[in-house]
Formats: sequence, structure tokens, C-alpha cells
Amino acid sequence: MALNYHLQIVNLLAALLLLISFAMLSQRRVAGLVTLFAWQGAALALSTAIVAWSTGQHHLYYSAALTLGLKVIAMPWYFYRLIRKLNVNRVVEPMINIPTTMLIGIVLVIFAFNLALPISQMSGTVMRSTLGIALACVLLALLMMITRTKAIPQVIGFLAMENGLFFAATSATYGMPLVVELGVALDVLVGVFVLGIFIFQIRETFDSLDLKHMEKLKEK
Amino acid sequence: MEIYWLLGIPLSGGIFMALWGFRRNAPEINALFSLLTLAVAALLTARIVEEGPMTVGNGWFFIDSFNVFLVTLTAFVAFTTALFSRPYMRIEEEHGRLSTARLRLYHSSYQIFIGMMILALTTNNMGILWVSMEGATLATVLLVSLYRTPASLEAAWKYFILCGVGIALALFGTILLYFAAEKVLGSGGTALLWTQLNGVKTQLEPTVLQLAFVFLLVGYGTKVGLVPLHSWLPDAHAEGPTPVSAVLSGLLLNVALYAVMRSKVLVDGALGNDMAGNLMMGFGLLSVVVAAFLINRQTDVKRMFAYSSIEHMGLVTFAFGMGGTVASFAGLLHMTMHSLTKSAIFFTVGHATQKAGTQLMSDIRGLIKTNPTIGWGLMLGTIAILGVPPFGVFASEFLIITTAMHEHPWATPFLLIALGVAFASIFGKVQPMVFGETGLPRLPHMPALTPVFVHLGLVLMLGLFIPPYLAAWYRQAAQLLGG
Repeated sequence: MALNYHLQIVNLLAALLLLISFAMLSQRRVAGLVTLFAWQGAALALSTAIVAWSTGQHHLYYSAALTLGLKVIAMPWYFYRLIRKLNVNRVVEPMINIPTTMLIGIVLVIFAFNLALPISQMSGTVMRSTLGIALACVLLALLMMITRTKAIPQVIGFLAMENGLFFAATSATYGMPLVVELGVALDVLVGVFVLGIFIFQIRETFDSLDLKHMEKLKEK
Repeated sequence: MEIYWLLGIPLSGGIFMALWGFRRNAPEINALFSLLTLAVAALLTARIVEEGPMTVGNGWFFIDSFNVFLVTLTAFVAFTTALFSRPYMRIEEEHGRLSTARLRLYHSSYQIFIGMMILALTTNNMGILWVSMEGATLATVLLVSLYRTPASLEAAWKYFILCGVGIALALFGTILLYFAAEKVLGSGGTALLWTQLNGVKTQLEPTVLQLAFVFLLVGYGTKVGLVPLHSWLPDAHAEGPTPVSAVLSGLLLNVALYAVMRSKVLVDGALGNDMAGNLMMGFGLLSVVVAAFLINRQTDVKRMFAYSSIEHMGLVTFAFGMGGTVASFAGLLHMTMHSLTKSAIFFTVGHATQKAGTQLMSDIRGLIKTNPTIGWGLMLGTIAILGVPPFGVFASEFLIITTAMHEHPWATPFLLIALGVAFASIFGKVQPMVFGETGLPRLPHMPALTPVFVHLGLVLMLGLFIPPYLAAWYRQAAQLLGG
């Protein structure tokens, strides 16, 4: 019975994750995006911790702590600092207008649920029904990367995608082996670090973080 | 034991160069680290040939004839590229395109990149394979943007984002693989070990593995440069420094294809049909045809050879997709030939562009008059990559095409037309670069062309005669892949 109760919370958090993904799609300000990203990380860490507690999978506690440390505290802090330093917190219009993006997003969610259905039926975990949501988050993040033309939103889309994948791993298999998860976290961390250097380079060269300037390399 | 040295040398090299890379003799130290890596790789190879496949370090590393062959190739090309980059990067520094600080970044990233590729090749864990592939991307992003020109930044950003997305899809594939494996092997660290998976591959859930392979192929295929996921590749090759183009083209693409092949062996066992092979053949053929026709439209010399890399990787993917021992043998041989030839071409192209001060082919003329060695190197390299006998590329392409005629006759016309078009376009563009009239002065420095002729010599030798032990080794690896 107790398991059921936890399951309800995890399902609620999963729904929250999906909601945040949609909110990210519609967010016009960069700082707002970072806040949403931090909230997504928090929901993810909490749901992982609850799964760890209710199923006794202790290694999931480490993953939850890692998510909390990296994606809720360190990275948002870093992004806020970047935004302040570079002074880029303006309203930015995505390439496709927001209602259309939302509609595409809904189609993607339906697609994700259909794709995940056969797999979640096979899974033995308590939270198998959330696999569809995880996949939907991945696709929505991908959509966000496509529709944004600024550097920081693209990267937040990339990290949100990683969040979705992480959630998929937890819901289908109670998480990957710890070594792999540590490796993935290290890669993400180095990736964000490289990106930080990179953003300053772009800024120096183009005087802007708008990637529209970067459309010279095309096939003629 | 060798395996720890093999990983330790380049990784500690990366740290060493990060700390002391500002020294005058940094390029020599870089080459020395690469030489040590090569020596250890040779020792490891000798041992594998003698004792057969083995797992090391509680099953964390697995080495068989397939990956040891790639390890040696990686270490060899990494060493020759380090030799080439020694004078090349000095000249770039003199021209004011690079500063000492950037050279330090370059040398450090170079060693870490090599270390990551060797880790990807030798690890037994499919998860760590993913981690090191991503690590290899991250190590090279800042190398592509080393010149800090607008175009190079754009290329690096594209590389970062596209390969990031690609590799994220591969992570999902890995998760699915783990999901299927966990049911058979139980949860925990061993369920992602390739040797374990290979032992139980017939019991893995087919539907899950099917989906997993699609994600893995698309994910790692982005790094192989398979059409339509290739758009980062020409930019990154054209805008990065030449030694980086050489190792990206000659090594990274191979390692990414290696990841696909490791997955394919598992999926074939689980599915018992040709789904994986057919997908690879489709992607491979598409890459060959599209790249061949795009070559004709290029004006930048490095871009053109980047498209040629897509074409050749497509050909290798197609060969592996056909499966069977002969096709896999041909695929492995072609992988070797392409690595050696393409890196040699990039070396000569590097000096040619240094001399002309531009990468536009219309401005590079008459190399053979002013710098005969560069001219001959470029001409011979081009002839070799186009598959003219007696060079080794001819042997491997011939094997691939005859196997295709035998097993998949429908594909043969596409392959032949594509190879023909590529031949005409590349030869037509390189010929005036080598033999045309020029008013340009001679390159004032000694070009570093020893690696070029060593590579081309090897390709020539392998085209005429494959030593028996080498042939046996290839055959062993081909049997692992083709079953």
C-alpha cells in the first residue's frame, strides 16, 4: 500500500516534468529558462530520491544528490552569472511562434507515448508508466533546441534533453550503473565548462550571442 | 598491464601539456608522448596476436583482434600527425595565426583526445564507451575553434550541438540496451559489459534491441558522418587546424563506427535477422552517393576532402552492413587504407594552403613547380584515395564492389556511379592545383612530408602485398564481425 502512495507522488512529479518542458518551450526570457531548468532538476532529484527510498535502490540516492548538486545549484548559478556578465536577458522571439511550437509539442508527446508503450509494458519497475513522459521530455527539449537561435537557450535545451534521458533511465531500469552515471555527469559538467569558454569566444568575435550571425557555412 | 600504460600515457600527456605546454619544445614532447603510446600499442598487439582475446582489470577492458587493430591504427596515425604538426604548427605561429597559449590548449587537447579514443576502443562497458565518445567530442570542440575566426567558431558550435544531440540519442540507445540486458543479467555493473552481453545476446528482448540499435546507429552515426547526419563534418574539417582535420577524419570517424559495430554484433544475435545490416547498408549507400555528388560543388580544398571522407566512411558502413567474412574483411581493410591515405592528404593540403595563404582551390596552383614534394604528395595521395591500382584503396574497394555484385546486385550501379563521379570531380580539381601555372613563391620552410610518404608507402605496400600475419589478423577480426 505504501508503495502505491509513493508511486502517486512520482507520477505527479513526472507530470510536473512534462509541464516544465512545455513551459520552457513558451518561455521568452533567458533567465526565466534557467529558473525553469533548475525547477526541472529539482523535480527530477526529488522523484529519483523517492524511487530510491521506496524500492531500496541505494545507488539512486547518489544520482539524486548529483542531480541536485549539478543541475539545481551549480549550473543554474553559473548560467545566471553568465547572463548577468554578458547582459543578455532580453525577450527573444523563437523562430516559430509559440502557439505553433506548442501544437508541435503536443504531437511529439503523443508520438513519444506510442513509442514508449511496448517498452513500458515489458518493464518490471514500479514507475514504468512514466517512460512515455521521459521520452516526451527528450523530444520537447530537442524541439526547443531547434526553435531557438540564441546560444544559451540552445544549451539549456541540450541539458533538458539530458534530464529527460536521465528520467528515462530511472523509470525503465532504476538508473544506469553508477560508474556510467558518474561518467555521464562528468561529461555534462565538462560540456558546460567548454560551453562557457565558447560563449565568451563567440561574444568576442561576433559581439552578440545570436546564432543568426553564424550562417555563413552553408552548401552553395 | 599494457592497457593501463596505454590509457595513462596520453591522459597524463594531456595534463602535462596543460601545465607545461608553453615551453618552446612542447611540440617535441607531444610527439614523444605519442611515440610512447604507439610503442605500448605495439606491445599490446603483439600480445593479443600471441594469446588471443582477453579481458583485463575485472572485465573492465576487453581486447580482441578487432579493437587492437584499431588501437594500433589510432596510435600510429596519432604519432605521425604529431610529427607533422610539429613544424606545421610552428609555421602557423610564425604567421601569427596562433599564440603560445593556444598551442598549449592544442597540445593538451590533442593528447586527451587520443586518450579518449583509446578508452572508447578498449573499454568493455557500453556505458563507458558512450562517455568516452562524448569526451572525445568535447576534447576537440575547442580545437576546431582554435583560430577563433568567425567561420571556425560557427563550425565548432555546429559540431558541439549536432554531435551533442546525436550522442544524446546514443545514450538513449544505451539505456534501452541496459534495460534489455538487466532482465537477463540482473542489475548492477555487469549488465553493460560487452562480453557479458555477447554471451547472452540470443536471450535479449528483440523489440527493445531493435529500437536500441536505431538510436545507437543514429547517435554514433552522427559522428561517423553518415548522410543525412553529416552536416557538422565538412565545416569542422575545413575550419579546424590541419592536424586536427587529419585525426578527425582518419581516427574519430573509425572509432564512432567501431561503436556502431559493437552494437550491431549484439543486435544481430538477438534479432537473428538482417535488420541492423540493412539499416547500415541504407545509410552507407546514401552517404556514398550524396557525398560523391556534393564533392563536385566544393571550392574549399579541405571541405572537398571532408566530403570524400563521408563517401569512404559510407562505403565502409555499407561493407559492414552486408556482413559476412569477406565484406567485413574488405571493410576493415578500407578503414585502414582510408585512415592512412586521408591523413596523408590532409598533411599535404595543409602545406599547400599554408603556401597559398588560402583554402580556395582556385587560388592554389602549380604546386609541382615551386614545391615538388608537396605537389607529388598531393597527387599521389589523391590517386591513392581515388582507388587507382596498385594502391591499397583499390584492393579494398574492389573487394567491396565484387561482394556487393554477388550479394546485393541492385546496389552495384549506385556504388560504381558514385565512385566514378567522385573520381572525376576530385581528379579534375586536384590536377590544376598540382600542375597549373603559378606566380606564387616557394614555401620558405621545409615542409614536414615524411609522414605523408610513410603513409602512402604503407598504402602502396598493402595494395601489392598483405603480409600473411596481417592478413590472418584481419581475417580473425572479420570473423568476429561477420560471424
